[in-house]
Amino acid sequence: MPITVRIPSPLRKLTGGLGEVQTKADTVGGLIDALETAYPGIKERVCDEHGTVRRFVNIYVNEEDIRFLTSQDTPLKDGDHVSIVPAIAGGCA
Amino acid sequence: MALTDAQIERYSRHLILKEVGGKGQRKINEAKVFLVGAGGLGSPSALYLAAAGVGTLGIIDADTVDLSNLQRQILHTTDRVGVPKVESARQTLSALNPDIRINIFQDRISSSNILNLIRDYDIVLDGSDNFPTRFLVNDACFFLKKTLVSGSIFRFEGQVAVIKAHEGSPCYRCLYPEPPPAGLVPSCQEAGVLGVLAGTIGILQAAETLKEILGAGESLANGLVMYDALDMTFRTLKTRKNPQCALCGPNPTITTLLDYEQSCTMPSAAGNPA
Ligand SMILES: [Zn+2]
Repeated sequence: MPITVRIPSPLRKLTGGLGEVQTKADTVGGLIDALETAYPGIKERVCDEHGTVRRFVNIYVNEEDIRFLTSQDTPLKDGDHVSIVPAIAGGCA
Repeated sequence: MALTDAQIERYSRHLILKEVGGKGQRKINEAKVFLVGAGGLGSPSALYLAAAGVGTLGIIDADTVDLSNLQRQILHTTDRVGVPKVESARQTLSALNPDIRINIFQDRISSSNILNLIRDYDIVLDGSDNFPTRFLVNDACFFLKKTLVSGSIFRFEGQVAVIKAHEGSPCYRCLYPEPPPAGLVPSCQEAGVLGVLAGTIGILQAAETLKEILGAGESLANGLVMYDALDMTFRTLKTRKNPQCALCGPNPTITTLLDYEQSCTMPSAAGNPA
């Protein structure tokens, strides 16, 4: 069973509109690289030039924020659900 | 203050709920809620809070009603295009519930006015459309120990969070320490938004606000709800206090209100009232 990744609206242009994709990886860092291979351009949106997850993007493994696990070294196992959650500002005034 | 006969009738469906009852309804009637924005999110929340009998509603919005607002901003009507949104809001809300006090401010919220604006309120609802305002509202609520109910929407997706950093739960900066830089996050105006999504998220904000007033149920103070209208999924993610938070951490570096520049070179981050 692969890992399910929730893609937020602003990044769906890169996944051909898919809101959920499946991939295989051992860590969150590896997952970002796997996504980049499948959907080029996604890594630079999620990570800065040092490859660190940007401060206005949060990644959750199941319900937990990876910053409170072991960040990009957080291990993944089959069946995990990963959510990429950028800050959104709209109230559409 | 005892409820009048008319109030007993008006709020009867609340009064028969044991989680509300007469005591809870009086709490609602005495509550003071401040809404940042009378737009997509502010419209549904204000309508339901007024209907519920929230005694005092403060509303700030600098804009006037535009035809393109009416796809989602249900406080306003076609014949009020050109009218200040706060004035339109007052007309709609006082027609719905003449019992409540409505304080309106046709102005932009800023570091110079926010503390005085929200000081006398219990809860602040943020339905603003840009990051600088979201960070300003978060910081001001922390300094004044106000509960903040934050909602935001983008295309088909929305987020809701309740922030009570003064009671030890995370603040908005614990989730997102700084606004995104220019160009990385498009605004609603550029990206569009499903009108009804504003309703879904605004009403979740109203529900969380009423729960906070009543002290009922499970507070969302340690969670972030994500709603995706296309997938029809809700996910509640856990939020945690960032021990290095510049605002609410043990060694804060933000001790006064900051104004992030809303320059036109960063329209996507600063937003632009549609
Ligand atoms: Zn914080």
